Amino acid sequence: MLLIRALVIALIGAPVAAGAGLTLLAALGWQPGQGGALGFDLFTATLGAPGVARGLAVTALSGLGAALVALAATLPLGFWIATRPGAARWLAPMLALPHAAFAIGLAFLIAPSGWIVRAIAPVVGWDVPPAIVTLGDPYGLALLGGLALKEMPFLLLMVLAGLAPLDWRAQMLAGRACGYGAAQVWRLVIWPQLWRTLRLPMAIVLGYGLSVTDMALILGPSHPPSLAVQALRLYTAPDLSGIGPGAVLSVVILALWAGAMGIGLIAERGIAGPGRELARRALRGARREGSALGGAVFTGLATLTGAALLALALWSVARRWPFPAPLPTGIDFAQWARGGWAAPLLGSLGVGAAVSLLSLGLAVLVLEVESRTRHRLGLGPLLLAPLILPQIGFLQGLTTAFLWLGLPPGALAVIWAGLVLGFPYALLVLAGPWRGLDPGLPMAAAGLGAGPGRVFLRIRLPLMARPLALALATAFAVSVAQYLAVLLPGAGRVPSLATEAVALASGADRRLAAQMGLLQAVLPLAAFALALLPGRRLRAV
Amino acid sequence: MRLLPLLLILAAGPALADWSDTLAEARGQRVYFNAWGGDPRTNAFMEWVNTETEARFGVSVQQVKLSDTAEAVARVRAEQAAGIEAEGAVDLIWINGPNFLAMKEAGLLHGPFVADLPNARFLDLAPGAPAATDFTVPVEGYEAPWRLAKFVFAHEAARAPAPPRRMVDFPDWAAAHPGRMTHPTAANFMGASFLKQALVELAPDPAVLAQPVTEESYAAATAPLWVWYDALRPNLWRAGRAFPENESVQAQLLADGEVDVAMFFDPAAPAALIEQGVLPESVRVFVPEGGTIGNVSFVAIPFNAAHRAGAEVVANFLLDPMVQAHMQDITVLGSYSVLDPARLDEEARAAFAELPTAPALPTLEALGPTLPEPHPSWMERLVADWTARTLE
Repeated sequence: MLLIRALVIALIGAPVAAGAGLTLLAALGWQPGQGGALGFDLFTATLGAPGVARGLAVTALSGLGAALVALAATLPLGFWIATRPGAARWLAPMLALPHAAFAIGLAFLIAPSGWIVRAIAPVVGWDVPPAIVTLGDPYGLALLGGLALKEMPFLLLMVLAGLAPLDWRAQMLAGRACGYGAAQVWRLVIWPQLWRTLRLPMAIVLGYGLSVTDMALILGPSHPPSLAVQALRLYTAPDLSGIGPGAVLSVVILALWAGAMGIGLIAERGIAGPGRELARRALRGARREGSALGGAVFTGLATLTGAALLALALWSVARRWPFPAPLPTGIDFAQWARGGWAAPLLGSLGVGAAVSLLSLGLAVLVLEVESRTRHRLGLGPLLLAPLILPQIGFLQGLTTAFLWLGLPPGALAVIWAGLVLGFPYALLVLAGPWRGLDPGLPMAAAGLGAGPGRVFLRIRLPLMARPLALALATAFAVSVAQYLAVLLPGAGRVPSLATEAVALASGADRRLAAQMGLLQAVLPLAAFALALLPGRRLRAV
Repeated sequence: MRLLPLLLILAAGPALADWSDTLAEARGQRVYFNAWGGDPRTNAFMEWVNTETEARFGVSVQQVKLSDTAEAVARVRAEQAAGIEAEGAVDLIWINGPNFLAMKEAGLLHGPFVADLPNARFLDLAPGAPAATDFTVPVEGYEAPWRLAKFVFAHEAARAPAPPRRMVDFPDWAAAHPGRMTHPTAANFMGASFLKQALVELAPDPAVLAQPVTEESYAAATAPLWVWYDALRPNLWRAGRAFPENESVQAQLLADGEVDVAMFFDPAAPAALIEQGVLPESVRVFVPEGGTIGNVSFVAIPFNAAHRAGAEVVANFLLDPMVQAHMQDITVLGSYSVLDPARLDEEARAAFAELPTAPALPTLEALGPTLPEPHPSWMERLVADWTARTLE
């Protein structure tokens, strides 16, 4: 058991700690192989550089704003979806859609020359795109919107998970019996109880939004860009002097994230009292409301996601698609025939397969040891760190640590970095069903004389087939979506759909970016479809 | 052509016996060619190079697609910091200008090696010649030339038939067509080149640009430039408050009809983009009177390259006259050759003469003279100054 704990610490915890530690040290002026005196000189110099203050504002606005908008959207959406299991089925595919792919599709929808403008151009009489700022706006509002849309399905799934242990239907009935509208009961009685479950997902959403680079490169401003993009540019600047300032910006992002979390936790206490009073007052003025808003928001979300995917598919086969044509002027499979997508596809598939299998193996190992010894390994913080910490805060340090260890940049480093991010998800997906398995079954089997190995192989694994497949698909989807975690430890040696898609998104030919985005979107969807397939068949039997 | 290396070795005797050692050592190596990956045609060309060098020399080439050359430079620096002396991840870099200067000054490059390449005999390597000078910095054999870059503008001739004729005319044109032109951010070399192109035309004494920048020379040379830029900027796309990330994003804006002007560092790029269906057929190249700045693109080998011999074989292959003619083909890359025409034989000259043409492909005469790049120190100051001014 100690051995397993040490293994998880070495594989998952240590890289994150070393990465964050080296980032902090680099920000303070010390780098391995170079040395340097610790001090705050880099902080004063970096924070005064042109564009940093505005980049900080963009980061704060888009990261915090997206988290709050997505949270607010769970108010109308959560209730709507809780009563519609059919709609909830659509959450998983929306969640599985990688950020970069979604951003490329969304960018084409909202650009001044994009699909939405093209739809109204003939009516308004525009023969050139209007001089409006929709994409890459200086405040990062397009980035905020894209992030919020992408995080909504995640928070909604968490809402559904949080609802399960609540007796919310009974509460709803009681509320309705007292003459309150369903939406009111949801908003004022049930939703506040969900906050406890939403805390951790909100930390993840916040950490992601503050340090996002792929979406920010596609949707965000470029002059100046958000802090995470500035940090990425500094890390890859020609002179080594960029590593220190890049680390400073990464530490600022970490601090921003920690500060927002702290404020959130304090505000939670502060709001609880007055909030209860507000809720009471609001309930006094009872009036009936429908859940039309929730339906509208969900339809909007699903439509945008679907349209983004459709745009990717159409662009990938477009011959030419000039403004203001609503559809491509011709269909051409030449881009596909050229086969430039094969290497990145194989790269993503290979890394994804390795990451998901290793993540699953490690997760099964941890859970099996736990169930045999009947002790939790207490991996909480170890698992949470890679999920909630802003990635830019530890991935460059992680790459330095790998180099220092003598691990050459390439596939192995990328797979390890992917494992750090994929394993926690695999464990989270698997832990519930695994721990929830009726302990009577293994006990009965043991009583019949089956050894622990036999119980594991003949009872646990077959009963866990579906959760195992889902955990595998989840780790695979997480791996395919990674951008920074391929770019930094991979040194460009590992072709991947995410890095290609983002690189091509700043190229001249939108068809190529769409092709990569489409493939990146299809991979996780296919993985989930495969994971769910045997389940359906079982149910039919 | 397959016999060329062999013939060279036989003809040149002991001097090139080293080269046969290089070829033998290179066989079986996989060269990680770190090159900007934003141009699909260059990427396709790299794959062609891989096929050819694999077949001829047993050397495979894996392009590491960079979004910025600085990424490769940073990696070599990180390896140096980590004490990696021989097993570096970067074998060959497409490089020039400030990145070359930075690596050369930090001792991060292998060399001098260019004179040892058999195909170097087709180059004019006299001091000051374009193939021996990189942004005024002497190359000294630390990087081998491979393609010629020259700054040009492109315009959508159907919408904007009369583009500015000189750099000094841009503010008036932009005032008459507000929001219809932009330039990439100066943090990108294309945006910086736009400013340098203007600086070369507007500086009271362009001769100072060949020298490292000083406080006095900078102030005197750039004063007219900033007056010009302040007049231009309010009428740029998005009122000059946002800039495309690089020339490809700007080309996408031209393709989408958001602007009418784009700029490239490759005179054949617009014709190539038209052929691919990215740009409309009505796009044409234009250059300001008096010529535009130009430079040669190079390949360099890091000091710790794991596959140094293979990298030298690839650098030499890129200078093969038949490869240079293939590169200049508009249907392949359309990059102008770096070889000295006077040093080519009949067969090579014929290969260049037979290349196809296209309406958007300018003739060499139409491109005007090639102006020298300012010393790299000018660019650093210009970029810092522009950044501070536009981020105020």
